[in-house]
Amino acid sequence: MNKKNKLILEVKGLKTHFTTKRGVSKAVDGIDFTLHKGETLGIVGESGCGKSMTSLSILRLIPSPPGKIAGGSVLFKGKDLVTMTEDEMRKIRGNEISMIFQEPMTSLNPVIPVGEQIAEALRLHQKMGKKAAWEKSVEMLKLVGIPSPEKRAKQEPFQLSGGMRQRVMIAMALACTPEVLIADEPTTALDVTIQAQILELIKELQTKIGMGVIMITHDLGVVAETCDKVAVMYAGNIVEHASTEQLFANPKHPYTQGLLNSLPKIHEDQDELITIDGSVPSPYNMPAGCRFASRCPYREDICITHQPNLINQSDGVKVRCWKYTDEWTGNRDKEGVI
Amino acid sequence: MLMFILRRVFQTIPVIIGVTFVVFFIMQLVPGDPAVLLAGEGASKETIEAIREQLGLNQPLYIQYFEYLTNVFRGDLGVSLKNSQPVLDEILVRLPITIELAFFSIIITIVLGMAAGIISAVKPYSLTDVSVMLVALLGISLPSFWFGLMLMYFFSVKLQVLPVAGWDSLLHVILPAVTLGAGGAAIVARMTRSSILEVIRQDYIRTARAKGLRERIIIYKHALRNALIPVITVVGLQFGALLGGTVLVESIFAINGLGRMIVDAIRMRDLPMVQGGVLFASLIFVTVNLFVDVFYRFFNKRIELN
Repeated sequence: MNKKNKLILEVKGLKTHFTTKRGVSKAVDGIDFTLHKGETLGIVGESGCGKSMTSLSILRLIPSPPGKIAGGSVLFKGKDLVTMTEDEMRKIRGNEISMIFQEPMTSLNPVIPVGEQIAEALRLHQKMGKKAAWEKSVEMLKLVGIPSPEKRAKQEPFQLSGGMRQRVMIAMALACTPEVLIADEPTTALDVTIQAQILELIKELQTKIGMGVIMITHDLGVVAETCDKVAVMYAGNIVEHASTEQLFANPKHPYTQGLLNSLPKIHEDQDELITIDGSVPSPYNMPAGCRFASRCPYREDICITHQPNLINQSDGVKVRCWKYTDEWTGNRDKEGVI
Repeated sequence: MLMFILRRVFQTIPVIIGVTFVVFFIMQLVPGDPAVLLAGEGASKETIEAIREQLGLNQPLYIQYFEYLTNVFRGDLGVSLKNSQPVLDEILVRLPITIELAFFSIIITIVLGMAAGIISAVKPYSLTDVSVMLVALLGISLPSFWFGLMLMYFFSVKLQVLPVAGWDSLLHVILPAVTLGAGGAAIVARMTRSSILEVIRQDYIRTARAKGLRERIIIYKHALRNALIPVITVVGLQFGALLGGTVLVESIFAINGLGRMIVDAIRMRDLPMVQGGVLFASLIFVTVNLFVDVFYRFFNKRIELN
């Protein structure tokens, strides 16, 4: 969006590694992005590409051991979250940076009334009294569109539907008016009709509070609907970073092109859905060259031996592909090449 | 909640009737004729027959059972064949002692077991965890009669800080209660630990962390309430084992409780006494299970009684 807005989050060279018996899995392997106030950044990629691990790393919620932030920094309003003490970090979690999780069915405590689950964060961070926190949590439930919130607040999660539980999660995350909201696949587990409502709700509250949102999803429809800019992740790396318009109009990285190609098209007669051939390399055994090389239709020798950097393009798009460098010696007449 | 308790109480009635049925017929299967035993060695056939007549032992079994059942509901458990005293009187003297012993043992089981389990689970695979679990393993493995004797040897004979046996003061309770409660505490400790470790991996614990809560609150408020649900079941079951254990422990520490009474009565073939004792032991168990169910419901409102 507009860069005039204040920069609130800056991730630089973030690496999250898991040490297991099979070796070191580089789930997140050096990623960079920024988030401004009021802006929505989409992080897309298929399952296992490291997008959820990225979001958990920001809040330092990686299960440790075996997980560990192996390098890089996460600057939140100029302060590095990676080197903060656990006490300082706790003051940020749920207060200045909040998170909504993918699984509304299991992400709420089954034996605590939902109102209390919202109120406890308010008592902790906003130093509210018992009564004030409860009233505010009822108000939050009302804000996220739950009917008869006074009654619902006293109920336990099993008495609520999936859509309502996700609304509760949102109410919980937004109760302390955070500056950054990380939404990790917030609509994946929900019906399509409920999905639209939830996305609409997040957007509406974002305008109200003015927070920055990181929308983690594998659904390109969600990206088109909600995001200002997008980072496409593949095997622990960001392979393309562009504004939403640029990404959909002119995808540069072969993986992004493949993703967009694989979307079913309504206006064309299609017998079969298009897929990207091959599969993702194992995180324990990453290739020396480009991680997408084995599946890439434009592959050249250099792709197999050397990993490309994230390269700035003149239009502001960043792409991790040899095709967009001077070293590229391939056939320049091929479609889609500069 | 009140409806739940009422319905659950009504459900115990058929269980209690079932218990009387089993108690009555099992005693019929035991070899040995109480009439012969009562008449003493060398008694004439006529005497034995007269005793049979008097006790109704010559009636068909089902009539004997229904007579027994109606008497039970009238509070008449018959008279002891040994000393002709009403069985109920004897039981009412012994029962409080056993209940007291069981109460302190279960307190030890719960408090010691859960505390050890929580300490272990907070830092899994640490030195503390490994040591606590090793002690718990010992606790499960040691037979209570041996453990009781060892406690007696160290604390009563060597250190002379606690009484050897008997049942006079609160000091007398300590050793038998520890003997009886230790095994259960060990099982509860292991159960609590594994249950917490299971719960701590759940998504809602991650949510609690993402809220910025302190680790202490995450454990005690968010994890423990969920983790305790299976532990309550184990405690309830443990209570049954505990009642069985009173028989041994009361014998070792020379306590005149219900358990010892039943053992003595079995030895004497004192049929009404055994029936009465077992009936009361079962009643205690049924009552405890009732409490466990109510607790269960309190901890987990999803449970509905169908």
